[in-house]
Amino acid sequence: MTWIPFVLIAAVAVFFALYLVLSKNAVHGALSLVLVLVSLAIFFLLLGAEFIFIVQVAVYAGAIMVLFLFVMMLLNVGGAEGPLRENPSWQLAAAIVLGCVLLFEAALHIARAGEGVRHFPQAIAADFGSPERIGQLLFSSYLLPFEITSLVLLAAMIGAVVLALRRFP
Amino acid sequence: MSNTTFDWIASLIKAVIIFVVLLQLVPVLIWLERKVVARMQQRIGPNRVGPFGLLQPLADAVKLMAKENIIPTGVDKLVYYLAPVISIVPALAAFAVVPFGEPIHVAGRVVYLQVAHVNIGILYVLALSSLAVYGITLAGWSSNNKYSLLGGLRASAQMISYEIPVGLTVVAVVLLAGSLDLLDIVNQQVKQGIWNIGPQFIGFLLFVVASNAELNRAPFDMAEAESELVAGFHTEYTGFRFAMFFMGEYVNMVTTSALATVMYLGGWHGFGPDVWYLNLIWFILKIFAFIIFYMWVRASWPRIRYDQLMGFGWKVMIPAALLNLAATAVVIVVAKERATLWLTAVNIALFVVFLAVLRLVNSRQLEQHRQVVPQPDAVRG
Repeated sequence: MTWIPFVLIAAVAVFFALYLVLSKNAVHGALSLVLVLVSLAIFFLLLGAEFIFIVQVAVYAGAIMVLFLFVMMLLNVGGAEGPLRENPSWQLAAAIVLGCVLLFEAALHIARAGEGVRHFPQAIAADFGSPERIGQLLFSSYLLPFEITSLVLLAAMIGAVVLALRRFP
Repeated sequence: MSNTTFDWIASLIKAVIIFVVLLQLVPVLIWLERKVVARMQQRIGPNRVGPFGLLQPLADAVKLMAKENIIPTGVDKLVYYLAPVISIVPALAAFAVVPFGEPIHVAGRVVYLQVAHVNIGILYVLALSSLAVYGITLAGWSSNNKYSLLGGLRASAQMISYEIPVGLTVVAVVLLAGSLDLLDIVNQQVKQGIWNIGPQFIGFLLFVVASNAELNRAPFDMAEAESELVAGFHTEYTGFRFAMFFMGEYVNMVTTSALATVMYLGGWHGFGPDVWYLNLIWFILKIFAFIIFYMWVRASWPRIRYDQLMGFGWKVMIPAALLNLAATAVVIVVAKERATLWLTAVNIALFVVFLAVLRLVNSRQLEQHRQVVPQPDAVRG
């Protein structure tokens, strides 16, 4: 019976992902992106990773808030105007090709890992996905990527400050 | 009855009780706020409907529900209807993890006195409070009104900014407790012999100020500053939809007060015997102390300017919270068992120094002011 919540949430996620792409209104798009990411977060909850669920909600919700502000302040405030009409024809072709490649890749992975997925290990460690485990992993096996990420974020922050401080003529 | 069924039923009962109590608290708090602020301003406050004006909120509720719903032209209908809902749901849901008592035993089973006992409770509250800003921003945007939009934009910038000091002070408490579980945080305060308001006094002050800003309450109520923005984000809302914003704000206030109680004031622990109903009374008393404090602040301070608010947030609150976090971490690592003692001493010393500096600066400014503006003889005495 575990598939019922999965299918429900997946349907919600796919619906709002489609709405995000097809919506002509930037704010509606951002709002449906929130719902897509919240439903992805619920997948983590279904997998027993409560910590990642909360991080997904907190981090992405905050980030999309900034997107909202961009939409309101930089794009037309009304938001309900027509779509941005600058789709070169090669964009469509590229999207279809890349989408097919991605689909093929996913299919390949599912076919190869199919056995593993069906024989889901019944016994998950009690502390799976707990903050302690994630913290230990971050500061041992994944220390280098973790530090590099923080450096990149620091660089981005300094860049933002420099841009904001520049005196425009 | 299997264990799962029991848990389901227990959770359901607890959820319904919390839901009803929180929503019923709103009219009580509105009455209390009007009375308290009135007394502080030498007025009487509501006194027409019922004894001590107690039925005033009821009359207001009837009025709000019976009012004509006006929807301005050009609003984004979907978002306009959704915004009040978004502002009240996270407020109610956040209370789910707040523990209001020791786990009790019923029929040989453990019942946690919180709707959901999750081991990352404090992060859950933070995550939901970060969702609360959507209601205000979307309301401001969808109303098709410049003042509403300005209010919404202000609110989102303010709440994003002040979330950071709230998060940083929470992390310092988590360091002390060594757990993200609100139950553990309370138990750890009892174990260390002093509530976290001692070893985290500076953090407590920062949390109270930052949470006041996050609640959008005076003196930080930039989103609805009526002297500048008519009524800010809820200008175009009438009737019950307007009431929902109000309910969201007051429920948020209760949740924040409960979180502060759990994090800094030892949760439900108090003096006297350790029985669950006394604990519950202690918990409610502490929450109300916080709420009255917020009302007191509202009655005492004028609204600060928007650029001052943002400058204060980024140049004072965040560095101070970061320093507090770093200092707490260092002391915990260096002093180990005696960390609590050291932190308490350092915090109180720092606070005294802070007060002294504040006094010095104030008196100097006053002196300058006197030199610039000569006082008339009659005043000088």
